[in-house]
Amino acid sequence: MSEPQKDSNQKFKKITSVFKEWISGNSGVKSTLEELGFSLLSIITAMIVGSLFILIAGESPITAYQALFEGSFGSFDYFLNTLWRSTPLILTGLAVAFSFRAGLFNIGAEGQLIIGGFAAAMVGYVFTDLPTIIHLPVSVLAGMVAGGLWAGIPGLLKAKRGVHEVIVTIMLNHIAISVAIDYGINNFRDGGRQATPYVQETAELFNFNQLGEHSILQHFPPVDIFAAPAINLHLGFIFALIAAVILWYIMWKTTLGYEIRAVGFNSSAAEYGGVNVAKNIILAMVISGAVAGLAGASEALGTHRSFISGMDAGHGFTGIAVALLGRNHPIGVILGGLLFGALAQGGLHMQFAGVPQEIVTIIQALVIFFIASLQMFKIFLVRRKAKGEAK
Amino acid sequence: MEILAELFSLSVIFATLRFATPLILGALGGLISERSGVINIGLEGMMLFGAFAAVYGSGITSNPWMGLILGILAGMLLASIHALVSVKFKADQIISATGINIFATGITVFLLQVLFNTAGTSPRVPRLPAWQIMDFFPFRPITYFALILVPLVWIFLYKTPWGLRIRSIGEHPQAADTLGINVNRWRFICVVISGALAGMAGTHLSIGAGSAFVRDMSAGRGFIALAAMIFGKYNPFGALGAALLFGYSEALALRVDLPFIPDELFRAFPYVVTIIVLAGFIGKATPPKAIGKPYNKSGD
Repeated sequence: MSEPQKDSNQKFKKITSVFKEWISGNSGVKSTLEELGFSLLSIITAMIVGSLFILIAGESPITAYQALFEGSFGSFDYFLNTLWRSTPLILTGLAVAFSFRAGLFNIGAEGQLIIGGFAAAMVGYVFTDLPTIIHLPVSVLAGMVAGGLWAGIPGLLKAKRGVHEVIVTIMLNHIAISVAIDYGINNFRDGGRQATPYVQETAELFNFNQLGEHSILQHFPPVDIFAAPAINLHLGFIFALIAAVILWYIMWKTTLGYEIRAVGFNSSAAEYGGVNVAKNIILAMVISGAVAGLAGASEALGTHRSFISGMDAGHGFTGIAVALLGRNHPIGVILGGLLFGALAQGGLHMQFAGVPQEIVTIIQALVIFFIASLQMFKIFLVRRKAKGEAK
Repeated sequence: MEILAELFSLSVIFATLRFATPLILGALGGLISERSGVINIGLEGMMLFGAFAAVYGSGITSNPWMGLILGILAGMLLASIHALVSVKFKADQIISATGINIFATGITVFLLQVLFNTAGTSPRVPRLPAWQIMDFFPFRPITYFALILVPLVWIFLYKTPWGLRIRSIGEHPQAADTLGINVNRWRFICVVISGALAGMAGTHLSIGAGSAFVRDMSAGRGFIALAAMIFGKYNPFGALGAALLFGYSEALALRVDLPFIPDELFRAFPYVVTIIVLAGFIGKATPPKAIGKPYNKSGD
């Protein structure tokens, strides 16, 4: 077993050995494979149950799923757009997973995404004549800071007053809608669009189909494959991958990550071991919110180039499914995000084949049910094993 | 002083009650479920699905009462999924309820397309009749029912053996279990009851206050109902008071041009108030002790 956190272990010798075993057991190769298997099982079951709904719609599940697959992976352009659609899902999935590790349930990724997107779009619009190298990072950072602060509120209330973070984040989701979507858009509306004005060019996230226009990169022939105007993939996807790496590093390579996991596993034991629980709860929420805010910034600066009504599109909630599917591990979350991105992208194609694309939402919900009920699968398997051995 | 007259005009007061109706029902449903120890943030989804089923039922039978029944059944159906996953399979209640909410947004639009061939608004269907009482109160039946239900739920919870059981399994399931109360069965029942009330709340939205289903028409009311329950400190009368306050703020935002406060921000009022209550700045709402924890009988 490779124990990345060994170095920081020394600081927490007081923490019980059971606790250490849990953490090491959690990164074991065997259990990782097992968890991957359970995630796959949940997806397959969800798709089988989903086919019942396709039958209700009077279509053949095979045709529908074929269309789904073709629409998401059938061509290079489709595949790139699958990556594009997975971008906000990977980010909100990472946000939810990070808070889960701290024993917190950030059901407010939705609101943090909205506030983050609004802040990024406003900074991207208000400042003019800034060079890209300053304007873009500042806009992205604004989104992350806004999302982080928004998530800091439930973190602070949880840490200082023991208020359950779930209800507070739900309330904050709706306050975010009122503040940013209703009030914000009405006050900064751009003509007839239900949106804030477009951001300055200097704050736009680079789109991959612009590669051919780049002064240096255009001389590399391979960039031609990105030339199709229908490709929406932008730099946000790279941000998502970087965020996954950084969160993985924080979680498993730093003292902060170790402390956060300690709080998540058993906050009393962590307290006893000298961990400042309150500080870690707040930090975990702020980091989680910053990542959700980055999702908002990526959508606002990359996908829409403004803050538009309905931009959240339930990404915050889908992020919960993605985190569950990815077993709260950054790599798992990337895979889960790609899968849900593929469902969303392929769903459009399915619509052409006569199946409402909302089947995708239904499958997402089913995945949540099956993963949540996983405990039951496990109990069932253990019982069967025990029975087999008894014979 | 014109604004004062406007603030308390009859039309605003009637609108308050209309807006409060789904909140009262949802809050009472949430109350019953949470008192038994099961968090039900799935009210929103149950409300939405109930609203759709009510329109469907009313449409195909041309009888709004059938719509009401179907709306209630739809809420119960989703609630039993929540109960199955979170009580029987002992999954995290918040995750399960989140699944319910996502499922409801998907299934309603899906069925809207399959059954009505539209993605936005269903055709108009017969709505529940208005019951005029003393030629004055112009409400739909569900509003009266919601108001009557408040004292009934209070009596049920505080004056009957069933109520005592429910409260005890929410506070201390082990103790209740030793007394021979089947914890998980009662929790299942309570979640299904909350689904029935949420379904009825949705019915009020679609064929009580209106006569069609619009996608996402619950628009966060399930969550405001939850907020009303917390603001009302897990007590039926408290929940009624909070629901009326929130209904009043909704009526004001819609009907009165308020000076100084933009309507859009005023709509956030219930949510802000709930956070303040939760933080303990105006009295503290204490949830049942065993809330959110699946119950495992030892040796199970």
